[in-house]
Amino acid sequence: MRWINIKPSRGTQVILLLLPFVLIIVAYTMGSVARLTENPNDKLLPSLAGFADAINRVAFLPDPRTGEYLLWSDTAASLIRLFAGLGISTLTALLLGMAIGMLPYLRALLSPFVAVISMVPPLALLPILFIVMGLGEVSKIALIVIGVAPTMIRDLTLKALELPREQIIKAETLGGSSWQIALRVVLPQVLPRIITCLRLQLGPAWLFLIAAEAISSDSGLGYRIFLVRRYLSMDIIFPYVVWITLLAVVTNYILDRVRIAVFPWSELEKQA
Amino acid sequence: MSELIIRNVWKEYGDQIVLESVSLTVESRAFVALVGPSGCGKTTFLRILLGQEQPTRGTILVDGDPIPTEPGRDRGVVFQRYSVFPHLTVLGNVLLGKEFSNSRRIAKLFGVARRNAVEEARELIAEVGLSGAEQKYPAQLSGGMQQRLALAQALFMKPKVLLLDEPFGALDPGIRSEIHTLMKRLWHETQMTVVMVTHDIREAFTLASRVVAFERRRDRPEEKQRYGATITKDISIWPPRLAGVPSKFSPDRDGPINSLGYHRDDPALSGE
Repeated sequence: MRWINIKPSRGTQVILLLLPFVLIIVAYTMGSVARLTENPNDKLLPSLAGFADAINRVAFLPDPRTGEYLLWSDTAASLIRLFAGLGISTLTALLLGMAIGMLPYLRALLSPFVAVISMVPPLALLPILFIVMGLGEVSKIALIVIGVAPTMIRDLTLKALELPREQIIKAETLGGSSWQIALRVVLPQVLPRIITCLRLQLGPAWLFLIAAEAISSDSGLGYRIFLVRRYLSMDIIFPYVVWITLLAVVTNYILDRVRIAVFPWSELEKQA
Repeated sequence: MSELIIRNVWKEYGDQIVLESVSLTVESRAFVALVGPSGCGKTTFLRILLGQEQPTRGTILVDGDPIPTEPGRDRGVVFQRYSVFPHLTVLGNVLLGKEFSNSRRIAKLFGVARRNAVEEARELIAEVGLSGAEQKYPAQLSGGMQQRLALAQALFMKPKVLLLDEPFGALDPGIRSEIHTLMKRLWHETQMTVVMVTHDIREAFTLASRVVAFERRRDRPEEKQRYGATITKDISIWPPRLAGVPSKFSPDRDGPINSLGYHRDDPALSGE
């Protein structure tokens, strides 16, 4: 049989799915054991017990200085910034993306502008944001918005333009005004797309968040990682990285389930 | 009443002449089929009637008034594809026109207004043979059922003129003859004038009261650019076919269609 026709069974699929993760853990453990036998004080690759200890310290014991549970207060600080940034970006993208996609005048005015703005490297703007908006929350949220919104606007514009011309004409023959067509024909069809777009932008959003937190902050997951870096605390850095990844994966999954639950037709269209 | 007068219409794209001196008077409640080779401008002509494109020269009158320069409620349309909205159920698709006209601001009906509209919509849905499928999305319907839905959606707004752009071209023969029966019945029962573009000569003669052929009078490669298509044949069906009047001579002259009941083109549905 050809390789392209050999398919794994369900059991094999689960095993294959887990395999890379298991391999990574095994490889890490072997490396860690090798280094620790040579030097029990090695900080570079802590043992799994070391991780458990560190996780216990940051997640379940109050910090002696502030009395806060660090992992949770950091997570809360980061997620508030992240979701504020993503929320503002989503709203902007919906309004502008649909308007640019539907109205030829606005398209002529803004489409090239947005295309240029989306090419500005957001991290290069970070110093400007810090200078103009100060070192507080606003500049961090602004960085996420600047980094994520232009791409989302362009994506939604494309989606609005992709709608078959026939659909818009049909809506016109049913008596719809521009506003009504935006509300009942275009908006519902771009909403699933914006959720997908949001999922794809989770990666960049985290990148900008951690970059901003690393440079100036007093809480947040990115702040903590860059703080403990000074003490070579790999036992905290690794769990934090895994935790951030986990948060992103879960958000990604939830967003997709939300799309399928709220817009069942978008999944049907995919299969059709 | 819905008489269509087309007077000396030309359509040019830059140097390319697509239609030249097209004149046609369509009496109220007629069923005109436009036939002709591919690329001869039938669809362009339909788009001009629809208001999607403007004639370069000439005038088009509906009941004595020039047609508006954009698509509107007086002219309904069914395309070969993308005629229905994928994000709305069958019921939602049919209701949309009423929601546009009765709720200017949010294009959504509630309470009594909605119940009345739903009742009316259900009648029409049953009329086109889709009862039982009200809550399904278009992706769950077969091609024939989608076109029935598109017809119901257009007819719900009681347009003066119904424009059909190869509406049954993608359906297989059995389903096509069923939907022909439906189309004929709808034509007899409603007050509208129908203009249909088709590739299928048999379909044209089965349904129409008048068959109009478009053709380029000069079609040599070096002449193609500068000579557009025009009406070369204008055949009235004999004995005359009149809306609302059964044919005296041979009621069943149009081929194998003899059953009159409702039809389902999706065998899966009949199991319900």
